[in-house]
Amino acid sequence: MFFDYANVFVFALGGAVLVFGGMWLGSLIRPKREGEAGLEPYECGEKPIGSAWFRFDIRYYTVALVYLLFAVEIAFLFPWARVLKEALADDAIGGLALVEGVVFILVLAVGLAYVWRKGDLDWVRGISHTPDDPEEG
Amino acid sequence: MSETVRLVLCIIIIPNVVLTMAAGLIWLERRLLAVWQERYGPNRVGPFGLLQPAADAIKLLFKEDWIPPFADRPVFVLAPAIVMATGILTCAILPIAPGIGIVDDLNIGLLFFLAMSTMGAYSVVLAGWASNNKYSLLGGLRSAAQMLSYEVFMGLSLMGVVIMTGTFSLREIVEAQRDGWFFVPQFLGMMIFLMAGLAETHRMPFDLPEAEAELVAGFHTEYSSMKFGVFFIGEYAGVVVVSSLMTTLFFGGWLGPWLPPLVWFLLKTMFFICLFILLRATLARPRYDQLMALGWKVLLPLALLNVVVTGAIKLATTGGGV
Repeated sequence: MFFDYANVFVFALGGAVLVFGGMWLGSLIRPKREGEAGLEPYECGEKPIGSAWFRFDIRYYTVALVYLLFAVEIAFLFPWARVLKEALADDAIGGLALVEGVVFILVLAVGLAYVWRKGDLDWVRGISHTPDDPEEG
Repeated sequence: MSETVRLVLCIIIIPNVVLTMAAGLIWLERRLLAVWQERYGPNRVGPFGLLQPAADAIKLLFKEDWIPPFADRPVFVLAPAIVMATGILTCAILPIAPGIGIVDDLNIGLLFFLAMSTMGAYSVVLAGWASNNKYSLLGGLRSAAQMLSYEVFMGLSLMGVVIMTGTFSLREIVEAQRDGWFFVPQFLGMMIFLMAGLAETHRMPFDLPEAEAELVAGFHTEYSSMKFGVFFIGEYAGVVVVSSLMTTLFFGGWLGPWLPPLVWFLLKTMFFICLFILLRATLARPRYDQLMALGWKVLLPLALLNVVVTGAIKLATTGGGV
C-alpha cells in the first residue's frame, strides 16, 4: 500500500524540520559577537600548538579490519538466523543448516584467534605482545 | 480516513514524546543521581525543579552559536544533525502498543535499528574531526573504535532472538513472547545487548569519547548553544531508544497483565532508563584499553557462543535429523 511509504516520507520530513528548525531557531534571538578568545581552539587555556589536522598514528587500524570482517559476518549471518527456524523444521535440510552456520562462525573465529595471538586487539602494544614478530617489537 | 488521522497523530506525537522524554531525562537523571549520592540536585526551578530542562533549553537558545573559524564548517553543522536525525528515525520502528507506531509492521525493523545506530557513530567521529581541536580529535578517534567494535556485539547479541523467532519484525518478536519473555532463554544476549547499548550511546561507564576528566568534553568541546543542546538531546534520545528496544526484544514489549499495553511499555522502558542512570551513579569509568579488551576478548566470543548454543537448542527442540 502506498500509504505505508507516504508516512515514512512525512515522518522523515517532520524529523528534518525538528532537527534543523531546532538548530536554526536560536539564530533569531541569540547574540553574535566576534572576540579574540573564540579564534583559537579550547585546550584548557594553553596556547594551542599547530592545528589538530595532522598526521597521527591510528593505532587501531587492524581492529578496523577485524571489524570489517565481523560486520560482513553479521551481514551473512542475519539471513541465516532468519530462516534457521524453518530450515530446521524442514526434513530435507534439518540439522545441516545449523552445522553450516557453525562452520562459518568457526572459520571467522580462527581469524579472531590469529589477531588475538598477534596482539592486535590490545590498545597499548607492548613488546611482550609480539614474541614471534621481530619486525614489530 | 480514521486510519490516516491515527497515523498522522502517531507521526506527530511519537517523536515529540521521545524528545520530551529525552529532555525530561536530563532532570530525572540529575535528580536520581542526587538521591543516590545524597545531594539535592536541581530543585529551584518550578516544583521539584521540574522546569529545569525548560530553563536549560531557553538558556541554550540565547547563547551565541559559535562556529569556530578554524573548523570545517559544513561538517561541523552536519554532525549534531546526524545524531538527532538517527535518534528520531529510530522512533519510526518502535512497536509501542498494538495500533500505536509510525511504520506499523516494518519487516526489517531490527536491521533498521542496527543501521541507524551505526549511522550514529558518524556524528561523533565527524564532530571530533571537524572541530580541529586535539581533544575533540582524540574523542572522535576513541569513539570510532569503541562504537564500531560494540556495533559488532550488538548485532550478534540480537541474533539469538532472530533465531528463536525467525523474523526481523519487532511486532512479531513481541507477539512471540506471549509464552515467556526472552530474557530467560536469551539472558546472555540480553546482557551483551545492555553493555553494547551503553557503549553505543556512550553513556557512563562507557563514556570515554567525552570523558571530561581527561578530554575536556571530548568530541563536543568546540560546540556551543543549540548545537551542543542537540548533541545532548541526541544522547538521551539514544537512551530512550535503547531502553525501549530492551523492553521490546527481551521483556515482552507491551505484553503484561491487567494494565493497558501502552502503560506496560512505558513502565518497562522507564525501568531500563532508571537502570541506565543507576549504572552511571554506581560504576566507575574503565580505562580505554580495558574497554576494548572487554569487548573483543570477552563479549565477542560470548556473543558467538550464544548464537551457536541458541541454534543448537532450536535444533534439539525442533527435532530435525542431520
